[in-house]
Amino acid sequence: MLDAPRSALLNPITTPEKPVSLDKDQVRHIAMLARLHVADDDIQETADKLSRIVDFVDQLSKAPTDGVTPMAHPLNASQRLRADSVTETDERDRVQENAPLVRDGLYLVPRVIE
Amino acid sequence: MSTDSLHTQTLAELKAGLENRDFSAVELAEALLARIDAHDATLNALLTVTAEQALDAARQADDRIANGEARALEGLPIVHKDIFCTRGVRTTCGSRMLDGFVSPYDATVVSRLADAGTIMLGKANMDEFAMGSSNETSYYGPVHNPWNPACSPGGSSGGSAAAVAGRLAPAATGTDTGGSIRQPAALTNTVGLKPTYGRVSRYGMIAFASSLDQAGVITRSVEDAALLLGGMAGFDERDSTSIDHPVPDYFSALEEDLSGLRVGVVRQHFDAGLEEHTGAAVREALDLLKTKGAELVDVDLPNIDLSVPTYYVVAPAECSSNLSRFDGVRFGHRADDAEDLLDLYCKSRGEGFGAEVKRRILTGTYVLSAGYYDAYYLKAQQVRALIAEDFREAFANVDVIAGPTTPTPAFELGAKTDDPITMYLNDIYTIGANLAGLPALSVPCGFVGGLPVGLHLVGGHFAEQTLLNVAYSYQRDTDWHHRCPEAYA
Repeated sequence: MLDAPRSALLNPITTPEKPVSLDKDQVRHIAMLARLHVADDDIQETADKLSRIVDFVDQLSKAPTDGVTPMAHPLNASQRLRADSVTETDERDRVQENAPLVRDGLYLVPRVIE
Repeated sequence: MSTDSLHTQTLAELKAGLENRDFSAVELAEALLARIDAHDATLNALLTVTAEQALDAARQADDRIANGEARALEGLPIVHKDIFCTRGVRTTCGSRMLDGFVSPYDATVVSRLADAGTIMLGKANMDEFAMGSSNETSYYGPVHNPWNPACSPGGSSGGSAAAVAGRLAPAATGTDTGGSIRQPAALTNTVGLKPTYGRVSRYGMIAFASSLDQAGVITRSVEDAALLLGGMAGFDERDSTSIDHPVPDYFSALEEDLSGLRVGVVRQHFDAGLEEHTGAAVREALDLLKTKGAELVDVDLPNIDLSVPTYYVVAPAECSSNLSRFDGVRFGHRADDAEDLLDLYCKSRGEGFGAEVKRRILTGTYVLSAGYYDAYYLKAQQVRALIAEDFREAFANVDVIAGPTTPTPAFELGAKTDDPITMYLNDIYTIGANLAGLPALSVPCGFVGGLPVGLHLVGGHFAEQTLLNVAYSYQRDTDWHHRCPEAYA
C-alpha cells in the first residue's frame, strides 16, 4: 500500500528563484491523497514530470494579485437553484448494468469490517 | 444521382440534396459507412461505429421527408466525440477506465441533435478524458492526420477533426477545455467553434474541468458550423451552469459585410513562439479582412502570457475532483486483486487511467492540498480574473480578436510526448478564451509545407454570430476550406 510520511509535504515548496522539485516521497503522498496507485518503477519519472509542471506554473507567484477577487464563474453567474422535488425515475437496474460487481441491487466491495 | 460523391458534400449541400430527393438518407448513411469501412483503419478516428442504429434512423428520416415532416437537420450524418454519453452505446472517453461502459442515458447535446434529425454514425477517438493536444493519450491509440498520417491531427477532439477532414462524416461534435476543438480544426483544415461557456449544455458530457469545458462543433464550412450549433445550443435545466440566453438562427443570420468591424490584434500572439510561415499565413488572412472593410486595431492583453500556467493549475485541480468519481465500485474499471477497499480504489484507478491523466490528477491534488491551495489554486483564480478583465477591456474597443490558432502546423506523432510542457504550449493562443468563458473559432487560412494553418477568432460573451459572420465572410473570398487531402478526395 502507499503510505508515504505525511511530513513529506510540510516543507515549504518554493521560492520563485529556485526550481520546484518534488521528491519520490512527496509523489507517494500525493498519490495516496488521490487514491491512485503509481508503480514503484514510475515514481521517479512521475516526480520529474510533476516537478516540471509545478515549476512551470510557479511563474504565477510573480503576478501582482493583491486585492483581486478570485474568479468563481467565467460569466459571473450565480448558482441557479431548483425546487427540491423528485424529477428522476428509479433506474437502479439499468445503472447497475455498468457496475463491476453487484448482488441483490447492492454494490459489492472487499470486506471493510472484519 | 450517383451516391459516389456524397462524402464530398457539406452539411448545407446534403441538406439541400435530401430536401430535393436527389438521394435518400439511407443512401447517404450507407455511403458514409462505406467511407468509414474503407478509411478508418488508417485514421483510427472512430472508436465505435453505430451502423445499424444509423441505418434505422436514416429509414425514419426518409419517412419523415416523404411525409413532409423533415426537421431542421433531418437525415444529416454526424459523429459524436466519445466524451458524450450515448444511451445504449459504448462511451469510453478514450480511457481504459470506461472501456466497457455503456451509457444509460444520452447527453443533452446528443438528444438535441437527434431530435433535430441528425444521424449518429459513430463515436470519435479522443485524448483520454480530453487531456491532451495530440490524441496520443487515447487508450485506443493515436488518430492519424489525413493530411499526413505521420502527423497528429491535434487533440483532444482529434478523432472528430480527422473524421471530418478525411470525409468520413460531414460534421462532428467536440469539446474544448483549452483548445481541444480549435487546435485540431486548425491542424486538419476544418472549422472549429467553441461557444461561450454555458451556451451549450454540459449534461452527459464527461467532465474534465467543469469551469472551462464547453461543447462545440467541427465542420468543413462556417455555414455548417452555424447549422450544427443551432441544433445544440440553448438552456438546459439539467446543467446548473447552462445560461438562459436566446439562441439566434445562426445560419439564416450569416452576413458577409465586414464594414465597420473592428478586429483586435494582440502583439504577444505574433512573438517568437510563432512559426514564421504560420505567422505569414495568418497576417495575410488579417489583410484580407481589412480589404473587406474591417479595421485592424492593436490590442493589449497584459496578462495573456500567464494563461497557460493559470490553466495548468485550474484544469488539473478541477480534473482531480471530477475524476474522483471513478472508484472501481459503481462503474468503470475494477482491479481484480485488491486486498481491501483502499487498495481497490488505488489499483482500479492506477490501472484504469493512463500516464497523462494520472499526472493531471496528481498535479491537481498537489495544488489543492493543505498548505498549497492559496499559493496555487487561489492565485490562479486571481490571475484568471485579471486575464478575463483584460479581455473585457479589449472588447470595449473591438468586435473580435484575431490571430493564429496554433504556433505551428501539425507536428509528428511522438514529437512532443516526452515533455508535458512542450505539449501544453500548443494551446498558448487558445486557452485564454476558455479561462474567460469566451466564444472562439478556428477557420482554415492557408498551408505550410502541405499542412493546414488556422485563423483564430475570439469574441465577447455570446458573440458567436459575429465570429461566424467574420469567418463566413473570409470563406466567401478564400478556397482553403475546399481543399481536401489527396488520399481522401
